[in-house]
Amino acid sequence: MPIQIKRHLIILAILIAAFVVFQQLMIPESFGELGHYRANSLEDNELFDIHYAGQESCYECHEDISDLKEMDLHYDLSCETCHGPGTDHNLSPDSVELFIPDDRNFCGLCHAKNTARNEDAVFQIELKEHNPDKNCTYCHNPHAPWELRNQDPQEENF
Amino acid sequence: MGIKKSRPSRREFLKSASALTGVAVATFIGAPFNGVVIASEPAGAKGPWYGYGIDIEKCIGCGRCANACKNENNVPQKPYYFRTWIEQYTIKNDGSIHIESPNGGVDGFEQKIPEEEIFKSFFVPKMCNHCHKSPCVQVCPVGATYDSPEGVVLIDDSYCIGCRYCVQACPYGCRYIHPEKKVVDKCSLCYHRIKKGMNPACVEVCPTNARIFGDLRDKEGPLVEFLRTHTCQVLKPHLNTGSKLYYNALSAEVR
Repeated sequence: MPIQIKRHLIILAILIAAFVVFQQLMIPESFGELGHYRANSLEDNELFDIHYAGQESCYECHEDISDLKEMDLHYDLSCETCHGPGTDHNLSPDSVELFIPDDRNFCGLCHAKNTARNEDAVFQIELKEHNPDKNCTYCHNPHAPWELRNQDPQEENF
Repeated sequence: MGIKKSRPSRREFLKSASALTGVAVATFIGAPFNGVVIASEPAGAKGPWYGYGIDIEKCIGCGRCANACKNENNVPQKPYYFRTWIEQYTIKNDGSIHIESPNGGVDGFEQKIPEEEIFKSFFVPKMCNHCHKSPCVQVCPVGATYDSPEGVVLIDDSYCIGCRYCVQACPYGCRYIHPEKKVVDKCSLCYHRIKKGMNPACVEVCPTNARIFGDLRDKEGPLVEFLRTHTCQVLKPHLNTGSKLYYNALSAEVR
């Protein structure tokens, strides 16, 4: 074999070897074990923090609210639907307080009249007409909405 | 010189033409084109294979799901990026379609179109379809997004190069570039929750149970029961994405 061909072959072999080594170094650990991705990424995705604790954990302490809710139409609502994420409150109940909505517009998110809302799915009111100067919680107990309080039959327009 | 042209007789022409037609018809009958409506499970695999159902008839557009999703998954409040959001479709009497989604529905919806002009109106929650044959997974150049063995399309945060190919590829517009992490982000079906036996945050907070999460292999489970008892459709079935997000009462106007 002519010397120049030999030299070229040696250079080519070195390049191929360098490429293979480089490629092995670049492929991350566990890549390709389950498919064209890092299998360890599944664990990474599992490790994200949980913020919504689930209502069973609420009832461990707030049994009274659970009993109250069960009697009325909000029985199916998760506590965190209105009060927001509760994991931090679970861990330190004294220092972390949850959001307590006290605003007509917040109730209106579900209960404001809208054609797109199924009438069977939820009670709806005209926010501007239904006792516009009062907070919803003045009459309605949010945990048991049909347990009315402070009701003056002269004033109400149902 | 030149190409020798043959001039078939009428009889020969009709013969070959009818033979071709016959083959075409036979092929069509043998393997008809089916839009993929129900994704077929990967064969031979075990364990759960997750899907998701949304009942449009039950959705009241309160936006608690979009809000909970942002809290659970640290999605920035602004600019307006969402892993799940709600659209209100309003079809007017003149046939025009109005779609709106103010802040993804987190702050609620206000009805601006007078009721007498409305033919029909409904809310459509949107999110990642967790397609079995995801276009986004197919285009990722580095393998940073993938279909997990449980049928959840996930993102590898630490490996994504932020090239935005998948954002372009998703036919449902469910991906965005996270402004702080500078990598792509989207619904993970709350993988960190479902692996611990909990429901995704959006399902947890939905007040009307319009969202159903479940295992498609569990034939007694809530999702399979939902699919069995409702007339469900996926979005854009003609794209053959193998979507596993099933909508009950989906109108043809929804895209």
